[in-house]
Amino acid sequence: MTDASMDAAGAPDAPKKSSLMKTDEHTKKRNRSETWFRAYGLAAIATGLFFLIVLAVSIVSNGLPAFTHTVVDVEINMTQDQYDDAESQLLKTSAYEKVFIAAMGAQLAAGGLELEVDKKVLQRIAGKTGSILREFYKENPDKIGTPVSFTLPAASRVDQYLNGALKREDVQDSRFLERADLDIVDQLHEAGIIKSAFNWTFIQGTDSGVDNPGGAGIGASVIGSFFMMLVVLFLSLPIGVAASIYLEEFAPQNRFTDLIEVNISNLAAVPSIVFGILGLAVFIQFMHLPQSAPLVGGLVLTLMTLPTIIISTRASLKAVPPSIRDAALGVGASKMQSVFHHVLPLAMPGILTGTIIGLAQALGETAPLLLIGMVGFVARGYPDGFVNGFIEPNSAMPAQIYTWAARADVSFYDKAWGGIIILLVFLLTMNTIAIILRRRFERRW
Amino acid sequence: MDDLRLTERDVTSQDAKIAAKNVQVYYGDTHAIKDVSVEIKDKTVTAFIGPSGCGKSTFLRCLNRMNDTIDICRVEGDIRIDGEDIYDKRIDPVQLRAKVGMVFQKPNPFPKSIYDNIAYGPRIHGLAKNKADLDVIVEKSLRRGAIWDEVKDRLNAPGTGLSGGQQQRLCIARAIATEPEVLLMDEPCSALDPIATAQVEELIDELRENYSVVIVTHSMQQAARVSQKTAFFHLGNLVEYGETGQIFTNPSDPRTESYITGRIG
Repeated sequence: MTDASMDAAGAPDAPKKSSLMKTDEHTKKRNRSETWFRAYGLAAIATGLFFLIVLAVSIVSNGLPAFTHTVVDVEINMTQDQYDDAESQLLKTSAYEKVFIAAMGAQLAAGGLELEVDKKVLQRIAGKTGSILREFYKENPDKIGTPVSFTLPAASRVDQYLNGALKREDVQDSRFLERADLDIVDQLHEAGIIKSAFNWTFIQGTDSGVDNPGGAGIGASVIGSFFMMLVVLFLSLPIGVAASIYLEEFAPQNRFTDLIEVNISNLAAVPSIVFGILGLAVFIQFMHLPQSAPLVGGLVLTLMTLPTIIISTRASLKAVPPSIRDAALGVGASKMQSVFHHVLPLAMPGILTGTIIGLAQALGETAPLLLIGMVGFVARGYPDGFVNGFIEPNSAMPAQIYTWAARADVSFYDKAWGGIIILLVFLLTMNTIAIILRRRFERRW
Repeated sequence: MDDLRLTERDVTSQDAKIAAKNVQVYYGDTHAIKDVSVEIKDKTVTAFIGPSGCGKSTFLRCLNRMNDTIDICRVEGDIRIDGEDIYDKRIDPVQLRAKVGMVFQKPNPFPKSIYDNIAYGPRIHGLAKNKADLDVIVEKSLRRGAIWDEVKDRLNAPGTGLSGGQQQRLCIARAIATEPEVLLMDEPCSALDPIATAQVEELIDELRENYSVVIVTHSMQQAARVSQKTAFFHLGNLVEYGETGQIFTNPSDPRTESYITGRIG
C-alpha cells in the first residue's frame, strides 16, 4: 500500500515509507521495556502487600489472646473472723488464697462434681486470687459476712492451655503447673466453672509484677501516652506553625535563613535516641524536672516532632499559589493579613496532616523514653488528677510494650502483642482523623 | 487598523496623576528599568506596550510598590502620586495599595464567596460601618465591574466557580471596591477568550470616567482600542510616550514603528 501510493506520487527514489501496520524494532524495544517496568512495579506492590498482610495476620493472631482471659467463677462468704485471722497473719495473701480454695472446694462439692481435688491443684489453677480478694475486702469492709460472687482470673498457664498456646505434651511438671492438673482443668471447663471472658484488666489495668502476667494492663500507659501527646500537641503545633510561617513568608532570604533551613532538615534526620539523651541532660539533670514524667517525655518528643511539622507546614505554605498573596496585597491587605486571611486557610489541610503524622510518629517512639526513665516497671497506677498526670511517673504505650517483650515469662509476650494492637488502633484513629480533616478543609474550595 | 477609531480618542484630563522621574529598577544585578520618566494623566487609560521582558510589568508594579515583595528588587528614582513620593519612608505600602488598585494577568479570585471577594478590601480598610453599608459597597462595585446582573442571585457561590471572563471582572470589581484612584492592570485579558476580552475592554472604557487606568498589554490592537495614551517600552527603556493615535499612526521613533508594524517583538 505504501509502495502504491509512492508510485502514484511519482517519486520513485524517495526514501521508503514504513507502514504503521508493522511495529518497527525500536518501538518494540520501547514497548518491551515498558512492559518490564510495569511488571516490576506490580511485583513491588505485591511484595509490599504480602508483608503487610503477614504483619497484620501475625499481630492479630498473636495479640488477640491478650484481650481474653480465663476466669473462675466462685462465690465467697468471708466472715469477720476469717478476715481478722487473715489480716493477722504474716503471709496475708496466702491466707486469702486458702479462703478461696475452701470456697472453691465447697462449690465443687455442691455442684455434684465428685472430684478428688487436691488443694495444691486448685492453688495452681487459680491465679493471684489472694491479693485480689484482699484488695476487695480492704476497700469494701461492709461486704464481710455477706456472700459475694467473684470472677477471678485463672493462672496464666491455664489461660495458655485453654487458648491453645500451651500443648499438654509440652507441660513440664513444676510448682506452677503439673500435667495431671490439666484433666481437672478440662473437667472444670466443661462444667463451666472455668471459662473465657473479655479481659478488661488488660485494657484498664496498670502494669503488674513480673510474676503476675495475668494482671498486667495497658491502661495506665495509655494515660501516660495521652498526657505526653497533649504536651507535644500544645507545644509543637504553635511553635512549628509560627516558625514555618515566619521562615516562609516573612524572613529575608539570606545565608542565615539558609543555614536555619538546612539545620531544620538535619534535625528531622537525627535519630530519636539523641533527643532522648538531650532530654536527659537538659530537662532532668539540668532543669531538674521529675524523672519518668510524661511532661519530660512530651518535651523530648516535641523536639523530635518540630522539624517534621515545620517541614510539612512550609511545604503546604509553598504550595499556596502566589497569585493569592498578590491578590490580597493588591487590595491593600498587610503582609500578615494576607497570610492569616488567605494563605493559612488554604495551607490548613497540609498543616493538619503534617501535624497528625508527626504526632503519630511521636506516639510510637520508644527510644527517647528509654533514656528519661519512662520504661520498665512503673509501679504507680493511674495519676490522681489532671496536673499530676503530667508529672507523676508513668510509662507510655510503646515503652510498656517494650517492657513486656523483654520479660522472662512468656505470658507477657501475649501482652506485648495485644499492646501493639492497641497502639495500632490509636495510630489508625489519628491517621483517619488526619484524612477526615483534610477532606473537610479541602472542600471549602 | 482603520476600525480602531483612533481619532475619536482624546485625553479629557490634563492633570498628571502619577509622575515618575528617572526610575531605575534592578533585579539583583540586572538593570530592568533604565531611567524611565513618564507622566500619567488622571481619568485616562494609559497603555504600556512592548515585547516580552521589556519591563512594562515591572514598571507597573513599581506604581503600587508590589515590587517590595520581591527581595532582590531595588527601585531608585522618584515616583509621585498627586505630588506625594510613594517611596518616601513615611508612606505605608498597605495604604498606598488601597489607593492604587491592581488587577493581575491571571484572574485570581480568593477561594471564598463572590460577596466575600468584594467585601474583603472594604472590611480590612474599615470602609463599611455595618452589614448594610457593606452590602451597598458590594453591589456598587459589582455593578461597576459590569458583573452584577450575572452574579446577583448567587453572591454566596464561590468566586472560583465563575468563568474566566467573569472571574476577571470580579477581580476588577474587587479592586475598585476599596475606592482606589488609580487602577493598574497587568495584561488583564491575556487569559481570556475574545468575548470576555471585549467585555473587559468595554468595562475599562467605562472605568475611565472615575479612575486613572494603567494597562499593560501584549496586544497592540487592545492598546489601540482602549487607551488614550500609549507608552512603548523596549529593553527596559521607555522609547516613546504619547497620544495613542499618534503612536499608532505616526510614531516618531523607528523602534516603535518596527514594533507596531510587527518587525520586532
